[in-house]
Amino acid sequence: MSNVKLVDTPNGHAGEGYFATSLDKVIGLARANSIWPLPFATSCCGIEFMATMASNYDLGRFGAERLSFSPRQADLLMVMGTIAKKMGPIVRQVYLQMAEPRWVIAVGACASSGGIFDTYSVLQGIDKVVPVDVYVPGCPPRPEQIIDGILKIQELVKNEPLRRRNSEEYKELMASYGIM
Amino acid sequence: MEQELTKKTNILEGSSPVSLDQLPQQDYNILNLGPTHPATHGIFQNVLKMDGEKIIDAEPTIGYIHRAFEKIAENRPFYQVTTLTDRLNYCSSPINNMGWHMTVEKLLGVKTTKKVDYMRVIIMELARISDHLICNSVLGVDTGALTGFTYVFQLREKIYDIYEEVCGARLTTNIGRIGGMERDFTPKFWQKLKEFLDEFPKIFNEFDSLLTRNRIFFDRTKNVGGISAERALNYGFTGPNLRATGVDYDVRAMNPYSSYQDFEFEVPVGETGDCYDRFLVRNEEIRQSIKIIEQAMKNMPEGRHFVDVPEFYLPPKQDVYTKMEALIWHFKIVMGEVDVPVGEVYHSVEGGNGELGYYLVSDGGRQAYRLHFRRPCFIFYQAYPELIKGSMLSDAILTMSSLNVIAGELDA
Amino acid sequence: MQNITNTLEINHSYILERIRERIGINLLEFDHPYDILTITINKECIIDLLLFLRDDEILKFDFLTDICGIHYPNNKHREIGVIYHLHSLINNIRLRIKTFASSEDPTFLTASLIYASANWMERETYDFYGAIFQGHKDLRRILNMDEMNYFPMRKEYPLQDGTRTDKEDKYFGR
Repeated sequence: MSNVKLVDTPNGHAGEGYFATSLDKVIGLARANSIWPLPFATSCCGIEFMATMASNYDLGRFGAERLSFSPRQADLLMVMGTIAKKMGPIVRQVYLQMAEPRWVIAVGACASSGGIFDTYSVLQGIDKVVPVDVYVPGCPPRPEQIIDGILKIQELVKNEPLRRRNSEEYKELMASYGIM
Repeated sequence: MEQELTKKTNILEGSSPVSLDQLPQQDYNILNLGPTHPATHGIFQNVLKMDGEKIIDAEPTIGYIHRAFEKIAENRPFYQVTTLTDRLNYCSSPINNMGWHMTVEKLLGVKTTKKVDYMRVIIMELARISDHLICNSVLGVDTGALTGFTYVFQLREKIYDIYEEVCGARLTTNIGRIGGMERDFTPKFWQKLKEFLDEFPKIFNEFDSLLTRNRIFFDRTKNVGGISAERALNYGFTGPNLRATGVDYDVRAMNPYSSYQDFEFEVPVGETGDCYDRFLVRNEEIRQSIKIIEQAMKNMPEGRHFVDVPEFYLPPKQDVYTKMEALIWHFKIVMGEVDVPVGEVYHSVEGGNGELGYYLVSDGGRQAYRLHFRRPCFIFYQAYPELIKGSMLSDAILTMSSLNVIAGELDA
Repeated sequence: MQNITNTLEINHSYILERIRERIGINLLEFDHPYDILTITINKECIIDLLLFLRDDEILKFDFLTDICGIHYPNNKHREIGVIYHLHSLINNIRLRIKTFASSEDPTFLTASLIYASANWMERETYDFYGAIFQGHKDLRRILNMDEMNYFPMRKEYPLQDGTRTDKEDKYFGR
């Protein structure tokens, strides 16, 4: 029992028998601590992701226990490994299948920028086809780094205003990727 | 009608390639499996022609992470190619690294000392263990047994710790140098290795007893995805997948490199070449690798951890700061301004999945004129349609994971 | 495998002699760099040679290790090469066979009917070098995209395609 950690209470007004805060914060809190990641593992970083999920590092500690292999139910797209140009459209298709709100994390140098593979066949970073929220450097990143990336995503999720996805700015961003 | 039906079952059960023209086409469904299907552990696309749950035909598409290794290798100095070989079969990168180093040493005519060889053998066998562990544990996951996977990953983490002690990296190790190892093994390394060897039997036996005699696992894997020795050779199988069919071809035993002739080990073989045999062969190879490591530890010779190859082996840092010659060599190596002999050399090592060959053509320049990797995965994966024809969809998944197809090696 | 002993010693000169004697193929060149016998033959003879080597009761080169391509832009009329590595598992001896064709007409004969493993190796060679294997049932690109309109491993094509945006000069002090 002593090991159970509770999340910090958001700012608000507490009194006898009630606690009042904004809906934003409650929803953000709930979302951030129950992220369902969709592992899109293609190469080396995928093996490090397996290590992250396995017993020593145990990503489940951060509320991301449940991997969602269906994009329809996933919150977070984790792209791990080299994405070749042949694969680019598939990343995009998976992204399009995900429901809003959705986040993307590019794990490893290849997914972030192409890494050491500046070649004719490799997509030079997945941000050419989908918008990315967090980049994790490393070739491959250590499990600690991957966890750090997830924690960064949790920060983003926690603090995201509910109206962000309807804002003009967001629509512009999506339009720049040709996503309507 | 009845005749039609018997004809159909005959076709499904026969091992000969199925002729699709004999059957009405509307009976079949087309199922696209992959490239991002979670059950395939990597990006493999197969368009399956299904009769209900049975697979009639499969059409694999590969190349989804084609990274142009061979083209990059033609544009990089030799020592930078090591980082590429890491990413071929990333489950056992040290074997790839050292295979490459040995290829260059062969080209240069460098003879390594026993000390270097034994150090390499220890690292390579650790890599083989980690490769086979991941394959076998994932095979367990695919039959529904996640427990083994979590056990085995403890061992893998220990192996990673040992790698870190040697080279600082976990997965893509870039371990060793052309001409030897970067530094001698530290006392901490030996301590970690001993700890690993002490703990290994306990955890591994638990894993073994979870699966090997497990009725569910046995029923799921026995007689699934089998291949005859003759077909396997025709398809260019090597490594554990070939040995599971009963052919005892192991590069370590047949063309010993890196002083493998000094070690006592057995080459385990299977009989039917099915998933269960592949599992058993890998498990036994893990035990043999432990045996080799123990021998190498016991007989580790004294001496330097590198041989004299000033063209490729970076001089020690303190010499670079104090000695003119060392500084010049350092500059030349780092800038890649070292010429090599003209020639062509083929060297092969026993990688995690089979004969990993390096065919290097040198025109005397600073880069390889042509470097071709014989990638075992690429060659045996083309037998996959034949292996899964007539089996169930869920068996096809097992067959793929027991073949241990690594996407990085498959697509180069 | 190793314990199968042969009374006859099979060395490079014996292999050459046997090939010459039995099928009379014109060996254009031969050499043994780094202990592998390397022979160059006319591309038309490759199937005969592979079949002979596989079925010969003494040589038994029954395992196709590898097929790969190579490009020599300066060798006139012999620009595109295809290199076969064979392995006799019984005798534990390796053999390398080279064939060449011009880049205007890079046609070769397929080995995929002899060895099932040659199927993808030849597709890869086609994909990289544009070598066309006559008789191959399914000669398509394998690693690159189907839409690609050149053969990237030929020497005239660059490694990069210039889509990288983070390699700015200022990061490299240029």
